[in-house]
Amino acid sequence: MKLEIRNLSAGYGRKTVLEEINFEIPEGKITTLLGPNGCGKSTLLKTIGRLLRPQRGAVYLDGKAIHTLDTAKLARDLALLPQLHHAPGELTVGQLVAFGRFPHRRAFTPASKHDQEVVDQALEMTRLGVLRDRLLTTLSGGERQRAWIAMTLAQEPEILLLDEPTTFLDVCCQYEVTELVRNLNRTSGLTVVMVLHDLNLAARCSDRLAAIRDGKIRYSGTVSELMKPEILREIFEIETEIAVGTDGIPFCIPTGSCRSTGEKNHG
Amino acid sequence: MKSLRELRHLHTFRLAVLAVLAGLLVLVILLGLRFGSLRLSFSEIILTLWNAPESVEYRILQDIRLPRVLLGVLVGASLAVSGAILQGIMRNPLASPGIIGVSAGGGLGGVLVLLALPELSHLLVPAAFCGALATALCVYLLAWRGGIDPVRLILSGVAIAAMLGAISSTILIFHAEKVAGMLDFAIGSLSGRSWPQLEQVGLYMVAGILVAELGASRLNLLALGDDVATGLGLRVERTRLLLLAAAALLAAAAVSVVGLLGFVGLIAPHIVRLLIGADFRYLIPGSLLFGGAMVAGCDTIGRMALDPSELPVGVIMSLLGPPFFLYLLRRRDHEA
Repeated sequence: MKLEIRNLSAGYGRKTVLEEINFEIPEGKITTLLGPNGCGKSTLLKTIGRLLRPQRGAVYLDGKAIHTLDTAKLARDLALLPQLHHAPGELTVGQLVAFGRFPHRRAFTPASKHDQEVVDQALEMTRLGVLRDRLLTTLSGGERQRAWIAMTLAQEPEILLLDEPTTFLDVCCQYEVTELVRNLNRTSGLTVVMVLHDLNLAARCSDRLAAIRDGKIRYSGTVSELMKPEILREIFEIETEIAVGTDGIPFCIPTGSCRSTGEKNHG
Repeated sequence: MKSLRELRHLHTFRLAVLAVLAGLLVLVILLGLRFGSLRLSFSEIILTLWNAPESVEYRILQDIRLPRVLLGVLVGASLAVSGAILQGIMRNPLASPGIIGVSAGGGLGGVLVLLALPELSHLLVPAAFCGALATALCVYLLAWRGGIDPVRLILSGVAIAAMLGAISSTILIFHAEKVAGMLDFAIGSLSGRSWPQLEQVGLYMVAGILVAELGASRLNLLALGDDVATGLGLRVERTRLLLLAAAALLAAAAVSVVGLLGFVGLIAPHIVRLLIGADFRYLIPGSLLFGGAMVAGCDTIGRMALDPSELPVGVIMSLLGPPFFLYLLRRRDHEA
């Protein structure tokens, strides 16, 4: 499905955070939105996920403005995981994942056999089958995040939006989550748009990067095209050294801040 | 032996608890018919209802006890379900029917009708009902700003309740003699309530409970947060408005009959949650059964405790409820 952003301005109340964004989300690829705090990347993701109504312009899914679409129908094509989420009370992994079937269920009818199969499949894809009856509160951070992703997979979406899915996770769990996303994209052609803070993590798991600053997409392209000292300096105000790993993926080593008011302490 | 914490999320365990609660409710209803200033054994009750429709006993059962017990069950069920809904949509364990202003609004409606039209005391219930619903609507409109933020809703409710409470108190101070009936109302009492009151509000209660039952799985989604619920395709604002309306309707109907019986709406859902967990598909019917048993049971105790005089159900509930609740709360801490 084709996801396109045209002339989009969005923000909160009267404040405009995003100005005149035009962007096409590449189908079947992982696109990561990068940028400093407050640049508007989460606002952009929220608007794509119809959590925020655009002030001007729109996000189009196959030519239709998403904020005019039936929200339940949209949820069958597009799933999202907000940055802050918590499970109330005592919920097992299986129960959480079953919520993902909501947009497919007819009102007031019990779960069908097909619903059950999709939930099983989502648990299998996220390797959570054995943890199915465990309470979410007893899982590790990475396992819990996998369970939430499994819930979005049970929606059987073609597009998945993830807002900082690795925040608050330790390094191992961060890779656990991004590798899962990578695998899902490889095996089922899922289109992924996510926000990440860690440049090297983003470089490792993304097909495309979009660098945002002051409410505008300044650069977008492949990982190698964007992982350049001059781009990172403009976007993040940092000095970096870029190297290329043995697997051909570039990584950056930040060597200091170049914000004019900040102290330079690199030599 | 599994702990309650492990058992709680098992389907069969939850159904078993619901069955026990249903049994408890039936038992409470039977005891409510049996006990009172005139004591009847169960066989006498059956014989009277079957054979002696002209007797005094029949009249007591038919005109006093049965409607009062049923009203107690409905009021308790309504308040408990209303509390469960509000705690769900506000994601706040301290939410109760009082928090959206229904108690204060119902109280003011009652005071005004007693003051202005003392000869029309049968208007007390409809007046309290209208006052409660109008206040809930007012709180909702004040909290609306392109959407309902639970915290803003709670704060608006507290503010409005304080204001209406002040107005009621002022009236009570200057016209104490005219509104003597208000004391019962302020404590929560089923004394003298019968079929007319049941007819006035019964339908609203049943309708509200039905909406809550049908909305249970949506309440589960709302509990995940607005953004997650939207992502899953739920129309969050519309769902919240509908459920809030049901909660207001239930609480207004209950308050207008029984008065300011606040405790059950706060505590009954919590007690049921401690027993069977937070899944609303079980919590709503559980709250309904337990809230009904709680109010009807406490009312029966109130009728017996100081026989021949009567203690209002609100007093009994506030005396017996907290110790039981605190016991469950401490048990949970042990498990955790």
